[in-house]
Formats: sequence, structure tokens, C-alpha cells
Amino acid sequence: MTAAIEARGLTKRFGSTQALAGIDLTVEPGRVLGVLGPNGAGKTTAVRILATLLKPDAGTVRVAGFDVLSHPVEVRRRIGLTGQYASVDEDLRGVENLVMIGRLLGLSRSSAKARAAELLEEFELTDAGDRLAKTYSGGMRRRLDLAASLIGRPSVVFLDEPTTGLDPAKRDDVWEMIRTLVRQGTTVLLTTQYLEEADALANEITVIDHGLVIAHDTPDGLKRQVGGQTLEVRPADDRDLDRVTALLASVGTRAPEFPSPSLVSVPVAGADALTATVARLHAENIAVTELSLRLPSLDEVFYSLTGHTPAAPASPSTPGLVTEGAAS
Amino acid sequence: MMVRDSLILAQRTVTKMVRNPEQFLDVSVQPIVMTVIFVFIFGGAIAGTSQDYLQFALPGIIVQTIMTTAMTIGVNLNSDLKNGVFDRFRSLPIARSAPLMGAVTGDVVRHSIAIGVTLAFGAAIGFRFLTPWYSVATAIVLMIVFAMSLCWTSVFIGMLARSSGAVQGLSFLIVFPLTFGSSAFVPAATMPGWLQGWVAINPVTHVTDAMRGLLVGNSIMTPGTTVGGEVLWVLLSCVVLVGVFFPLAMRAYRTKL
Repeated sequence: MTAAIEARGLTKRFGSTQALAGIDLTVEPGRVLGVLGPNGAGKTTAVRILATLLKPDAGTVRVAGFDVLSHPVEVRRRIGLTGQYASVDEDLRGVENLVMIGRLLGLSRSSAKARAAELLEEFELTDAGDRLAKTYSGGMRRRLDLAASLIGRPSVVFLDEPTTGLDPAKRDDVWEMIRTLVRQGTTVLLTTQYLEEADALANEITVIDHGLVIAHDTPDGLKRQVGGQTLEVRPADDRDLDRVTALLASVGTRAPEFPSPSLVSVPVAGADALTATVARLHAENIAVTELSLRLPSLDEVFYSLTGHTPAAPASPSTPGLVTEGAAS
Repeated sequence: MMVRDSLILAQRTVTKMVRNPEQFLDVSVQPIVMTVIFVFIFGGAIAGTSQDYLQFALPGIIVQTIMTTAMTIGVNLNSDLKNGVFDRFRSLPIARSAPLMGAVTGDVVRHSIAIGVTLAFGAAIGFRFLTPWYSVATAIVLMIVFAMSLCWTSVFIGMLARSSGAVQGLSFLIVFPLTFGSSAFVPAATMPGWLQGWVAINPVTHVTDAMRGLLVGNSIMTPGTTVGGEVLWVLLSCVVLVGVFFPLAMRAYRTKL
């Protein structure tokens, strides 16, 4: 089977910054790949290369069966792109944005209008269609942007951090729309900073850092690799901290940590740990104000994969210093 | 295909102009202010009476207005590139040049307003067209063609500069010596010899002479020039402007992130 997206050995350098240091990405048709990484890891650069906006320094890319360097126009006919910042034209009405893209894709005026109406309906923007895009809320802009990238019924869609900056309710809306897209058979590559998002949407996850792939697995595989979930407990009384720490040490897979002075956190292998913890807290009569089981954060994923937390984007040229600081 | 895409994108430019009417301020108010300054303040000193000067300077004022109007496109494109809309255009199966061609084509609306306002205001304060209507029509078309060609220098600067403020500064540096180092406002004969050399080869001098010939007649043109010759000169400079700056602008656009 031919992959919908196949990138081999991509490298790209901007001045003194090595944005991509040789990454491989493969997505089979109809599947969703989540590209997970911190700010400055190279996610956006990779998407821009795959979507023909940028030429790689080295490496080969085939998207929807065509080489992006030798047949960019064929690739552009088959892809949709939603950037990190909603790329809608603020001075145009919602519907005008969509009709313009439709016409640029070769649709006649009437079919472009019909397709725009269809997408506005699908993205619950019909009522707002006649308003200028600058009056839209952040969530509406994202939806309009997503709609604009789907006008040509692309077989491959790139979503660059589609939910960054959205509140949780709006984020769920966007997730639902992405799921609908996937049900229709579209191949999706999405970048994100949240393991939770990649877990909710992707069949496979590629983790990148400093322009290199540092892990590639299914969401479950990745979670096993990084210690599954994290259990967090905040005792009501700080004097119980030592007992809670001892308790969590016995259910966790690693030594407990303290994200904040009165919060104890520990990676656990499965949901059973939660039941066990609740039972023992009850038995020892410890009152808690917070008890939660959650997926590891990006920082924790990075810590378990690389032994250090992701480098701050402000200092990409000094990874050594960051590693030292985090490890000490 | 490319023409169709460019026209669709030109429509976008025009829609955006209509939605932001302040974009029309420079093309409607500026020519009036310039005409008032030159004709009523300097005119009497230069030509004896402001009325005589109006007849001589209005074609030059049109050229000057068009030069500044053409230079704003780079400022607009520079800020346009910073929002994601151009990323979307680049991800579409359209000619790479279509977004830029669309912007240049859409700007014809602004040029037409600038020319129309200058001519109408000039006529209102006493400018007399001494040539047949088709000659005036030719002048207007020639001015628009020149403006569209000149736009590409501004597009090029807009693609290169880091900020739209820088585009403005650079454009001013180009427009200023071109307009004032020409016969647009003062006959070259009154200038020192070294400056006359520059004035003679400055394309703005030829554009102004062509406009004078087409709007008023040979009498106020630089001695020894003909309308046909100057029009040809203008068309040739348009070919050179587009031939040099269109490829440069496209190359800068392609390499821009």
C-alpha cells in the first residue's frame, strides 16, 4: 500500500538554527498521525514542507502519491492546510472567505457558493456566514479556517496545532470535527503540544524534539513507554504529606514528585492504582482535597523519553545547559 | 487560468479597500492638497500667475500622485504576508504569482481614483484640456499602465523589507529624487547643467512630458520632444520596470517564509 504521507530524512536549517535534523514520517491512507513536540521542536517547519510551502534542504517527501518537489501543484490539489493561526481574511465575510477559496480551486461561482453553504452548515457557521470574519470569536475563526481547508475535498489534511489557544469546550468541538473528517476517509497529520490531544485523535504518535524523531508508537504504546498515567493527590492537611508520599510510593512505578509543595504526583501503570489508592486513603483516614488520574504532560513524556524536560524555545542553541539544569 | 485566479484575488483586494475606506484618503485628499500647495503657494513665483502654472504643473502633479499611490502596495503586501492568508494561497493549486498579480490589478481602482480626483479638482480651479477627448483618454490609460508597472518596484521592496515601516521609508527615498529631480514642477531649463543631465534621463520627466502633450499640447513640453516619442518612451520604461522588478519580486516572494 502506498502511504498518504511519506517523508524521508528531512532536514531544514534557518541561519544557525537546525529546525529539522533528518526526520522520517509515514502516514497510511485514512489514518491520523499526531506529531507531538514542544514549541520550537520543528513541527511547524515539517508541516510547511509537507504542504509545499517550504523546500527542505535535504530529504524526500511524497504526499498523496506525488513528490512535493517535482509535482507541487498535484500535491496542492489534494491537500488542505490549517495553520497555527487561523488564516482567514478578516475584512471578508465568512462566506466570502470560503467562496474565494472555492473559486481559486477552480469551482464556478455557483458551485463555490453551494460548497461554501454546505461547509458553513457543517461547521455551524451558517448564521455567522454574512458577518465579517474579524467579528468572529477564536473558536469560530478556527472553524472557518478548518472549513476553508476542506473546500476542495482534500484527501490529506494538515492541522498545525488546531486547538492551541481554544478553551476546552471549543477544543472538544474541533476534535469532533476532526473525527468526522477521519470517518469520511481523510488522512490527517496533526501537530500538537498535548499528549491528551494526540491520544484522543491519533492512531499513531511521533514525538519530535530538536528536529529529530525521538519516539514513534501507538498512543497506548507510548503511554506504556512513558509510564501510563499520573496519579495526583493533595492532602487536606499538610501534616499528612509524608503518609501520602509513602502511600503513593508503594503504588507508583517511580518515586513520587512534588509539582507544588502540597501536591504529590506519581506515574502509575493502570487505573487499578486509583482504586487501590482511594481504598488505602480511606483506611488510613486521610482527607484529600484533590485526587486525579491523568495522562502524562508533554514535560513528563519528554522526561521519560530523554531524561530531560523539553528545552525552552528561547534557547534552542544551548540544549546542553538545559539538560544539566533539568537533571541536577 | 492565471488570469482568472489573479482576477479573483483582485476582487479580494477591491473588497478589502471598500471595507476600509480610509485606504482611499491618500488617493483622494493628497492630490488636492498637492495641487493647492504647488499652484497657489509656489505657482505665482514660478510661472508669474498661478493660472499659468496650473496649466503647466497639473500633469506633473498627476504623475507625482501616481508615484506615491503605486508605492503603497508594498506597504500593504508586507503586512498582508504576516497574517496566514498568504500561507493558504501558497497551499492552493494556483500560480505562485496570482496573489501578487491580484494585488497589483486590484490597485487599479486606487490609481483611477487618484487620477480622477486630480483631473476633476484641476478642472474645477481652472485647468483647461486643450486636446481632443481621445487624447485625454489615452493619457489616463497610459498613467494606469505606468502605475501598474511601477507597482512592481514597490512589491519587490515589500517582499524584502522586514517591516511595513521600512517599506515606507525606502519608497520615499526612491520617489522623492525621481519626482523632484524632473521637469514635473519646474522647467529643466532653469536648473544647473549637472542636474539637467539627470532630469533628461529621469523617466518621470518623460512621463510628465507625455502627459503634458496628451492633456495640453506640444507648447508646454520640453523643447524638441514629441507626444508620440514620449509615449513610446513611457511604454518602454514600463517594459523595463516589469521586466526587472516582476522577476525580482517573485523571487523574493518565493523565498519569503
